[in-house]
Amino acid sequence: QFQLAVPVAVVFAPGSVPGDLPRPLPFRDVQEMEISVNLRTRITSRYEMVCRSTTAQEEAALDVATAREADAALRPLQDASLGSLTVYVVPETSSLLPQGISVYVGKHRSALVRAGGDLAALRTRLQQLTQVMSFTASSIAAALSDRVPDGQLGPDARRHLKSSLGYEITFSLLNPDPKSHAVDWDIEDAVNRYVQPVLDKLSLLANFSVDSQILYYAVLGVTPRFDKESSSFLLSAHSLPHVINPVEARLGSSAASLYPVLNFLLYVPERSHSPLYIQDKDGAPVSTNAFHSPRWGGIMVYNVEAPASPQASLPLHVDVDMVRVMEVFLAQLRLLFGLSREELPPEFLVESPGNEGLADWELDRLLWAHTVENIVTVSTTLTSLAQLLDKIGNIVIKDDVASEVYRAVASVQNAMAKLATGHLHSAFQASKEAVTSSERAFFDPSLLHLLYFPDDQKFAIYIPLFLPMAVPILLSLAKIVREARQHKKEPTKMD
Amino acid sequence: FQDQAEQFFRSGHTNNWAVLVCTSRFWFNYRHVANTLSVYRSVKRLGIPDSHIVLMLADDMACNPRNPKPATVFSHKNMELNVYGDDVEVDYRSYEVTVENFLRVLTGRIPPSTPRSKRLLSDDRSNILIYMTGHGGNGFLKFQDSEEITNVELADAFEQMWQKRRYNELLFIIDTCQGASMYERFYSPNIMALASSQVGEDSLSHQPDLGIGVHLMDRYTFYVLEFLEEIHPASQTNMNDLFQVCPKSLCVSTPGHRTDLFQRDPQNVLITDFFGSVRKVEITTETISLDSDLAGFESKLPKDELATEPLKYAEQLPVAQIIHQKPKQKDWHPPGGFILGLWALIIMVFFKTYGIKHMKHIF
Repeated sequence: QFQLAVPVAVVFAPGSVPGDLPRPLPFRDVQEMEISVNLRTRITSRYEMVCRSTTAQEEAALDVATAREADAALRPLQDASLGSLTVYVVPETSSLLPQGISVYVGKHRSALVRAGGDLAALRTRLQQLTQVMSFTASSIAAALSDRVPDGQLGPDARRHLKSSLGYEITFSLLNPDPKSHAVDWDIEDAVNRYVQPVLDKLSLLANFSVDSQILYYAVLGVTPRFDKESSSFLLSAHSLPHVINPVEARLGSSAASLYPVLNFLLYVPERSHSPLYIQDKDGAPVSTNAFHSPRWGGIMVYNVEAPASPQASLPLHVDVDMVRVMEVFLAQLRLLFGLSREELPPEFLVESPGNEGLADWELDRLLWAHTVENIVTVSTTLTSLAQLLDKIGNIVIKDDVASEVYRAVASVQNAMAKLATGHLHSAFQASKEAVTSSERAFFDPSLLHLLYFPDDQKFAIYIPLFLPMAVPILLSLAKIVREARQHKKEPTKMD
Repeated sequence: FQDQAEQFFRSGHTNNWAVLVCTSRFWFNYRHVANTLSVYRSVKRLGIPDSHIVLMLADDMACNPRNPKPATVFSHKNMELNVYGDDVEVDYRSYEVTVENFLRVLTGRIPPSTPRSKRLLSDDRSNILIYMTGHGGNGFLKFQDSEEITNVELADAFEQMWQKRRYNELLFIIDTCQGASMYERFYSPNIMALASSQVGEDSLSHQPDLGIGVHLMDRYTFYVLEFLEEIHPASQTNMNDLFQVCPKSLCVSTPGHRTDLFQRDPQNVLITDFFGSVRKVEITTETISLDSDLAGFESKLPKDELATEPLKYAEQLPVAQIIHQKPKQKDWHPPGGFILGLWALIIMVFFKTYGIKHMKHIF
């Protein structure tokens, strides 16, 4: 049972205040909602709204032509701590938001909402918006997917990457036909330019390390079909699951670190199978020519154009267009983490985060989900550790295991307290510490339970050892006792 | 809607692991190594990579001095099928296959210095196949001729795996005498178990090869291997067919299975859910847009290269320390209460029975 508090500031621009406000501005309002995950876990989400009207600076900032500029101008005026949101309500007639769009979600932690009539409509829109920007019942349930009873979530909901202390990202270039294509990719530059900013933003979440490799003569496991109409080769959607396995053995992910590995593969098809397109379920070629597998990574097919003249000398030199490739890979990275743009209602306009890869509020979404997941993981780990120790009484707990357990408990309590007050950053750090400590305690190599002695084994071992030895001893004891009693009865038997 | 219904019956796993254990050593237990290697071969053929297989072989048959065909392990008479192959990766070999190591692999309580290939790094979306073979009895399985693992310990290990959500679904196959006793005590959810014989029955071996001189395979695994040879990664065969493998007429023992802990109906469980590695894929439909001009210029100042020390080999063993070390004094502990009490009793009884006059002969 714990509480997630989100501090939200709702700022009303002049002309946008709805007529039926219960109290005059500024005022505080708290909305609570319950998310029940399973019988034992209940999560209450608390949106603490502070409603006020705009200051002069904010009004000046809102007085620009487009929503994007307003967003940029408003940024220094906000309270930009992790987990908090600022919503600016603009009048219905404002030209900041294009037609048909009633909500604009910015790159940072703010949004612009068009005031639409009465308070109730505004309330529902605000609720929708705050849920999108922080967490929804389904995102929390997906984070806790292994504790949710089966049937409540579809099997597809359990596919986002689990919260971990670090991730290892491997970029691989697969060239099955080096005789025809001499492929060159400037991966180091691309990583520094495009991937590093995204990873820097995500560095709050976990440690990331990146490596890359080139594999020659690595073929996909499936032979593509030739399609006469488009004179190209097609990989149909249902053959995609079999593509990954033959390659996986050569990827060398077992040499990488103990963190979960995300593989991004760029496949340059052979001359004889070019061009190669991926077909989706309806038979249409996919625009990105890429697919991804949850918790594993993604594959993109990069087609090389046929040489202009048939007598061109092989191998052809190919310079990979890293921008196009990185656009797809970074989008796949977002999808693997669970940040998708698809579930938004149509009247929302979401600002693209540009080169940073993800908006601040998307990072918040990940942090909320991971913090909750960490806390629940710690509690389950510690409970099962306690159950294990109860059941097997003769396991010895070393001192450092005990101190890790204490530390984990303290960190979890700290994290829950911070969550209830809305400090997302410190809550996340505390939950990370708690997970580290509890994993160290649970997986300590000394806690092995090879100590099962069934009763019949005890009898079988000890009886043949002690019974022969004990028989003369017991008989002699009996003799002693008899003599002593006799001696007492006839105390004086003197010669 | 049809799609949703399909999804409901499909397993929710994203990766597959396999733990294949052969527990017996010595040349005449050739068939156990051949059993394990043939399951290894099938599992690899159906797609599980070596990085996701933990193979534990208690003895080396291929390079055994008694093997007339070195570097091969055959599973069919007349040496038709060499299951040793070219790319076998044995993770735990020879004396490393112990009950302790096996339980450490399952529960994850591994010392931090263990390499990644020796770990079972499964998560809550992993389907794990555990195959064990060797000599067993009612409630236990013999490891290396010197120790045993009981069914209670195994059930507890699986429960600990479940507590830590180290598996999504688990398929446990055991080919030993009285194998069904090993799965009697399981109590964790999502486990399906198959055994080659019931309690009180022996599992028999298949056929000897006169050239090699030992029995090559056990019957149950032989027929399972034949069954698996017909499975390919896209096949839709389900578990009910695996339950029918090796009826009593062929196997002499009665194979058993246990599905009450398993949530899905075995009819809907594909063989490739456990033996193969069929991944869920999604087409990537979204892209983000990167501005190639902005990148690099906006970025922060380049981080200075961390001053790295020149790399050198780490000291593997503290040789100097070892050579000059004096033998460590083992601390002397006074004898414990039980031993003291026992000896006091013996001495007292002796002297009481035979009289105190014998004391002067002792002291």
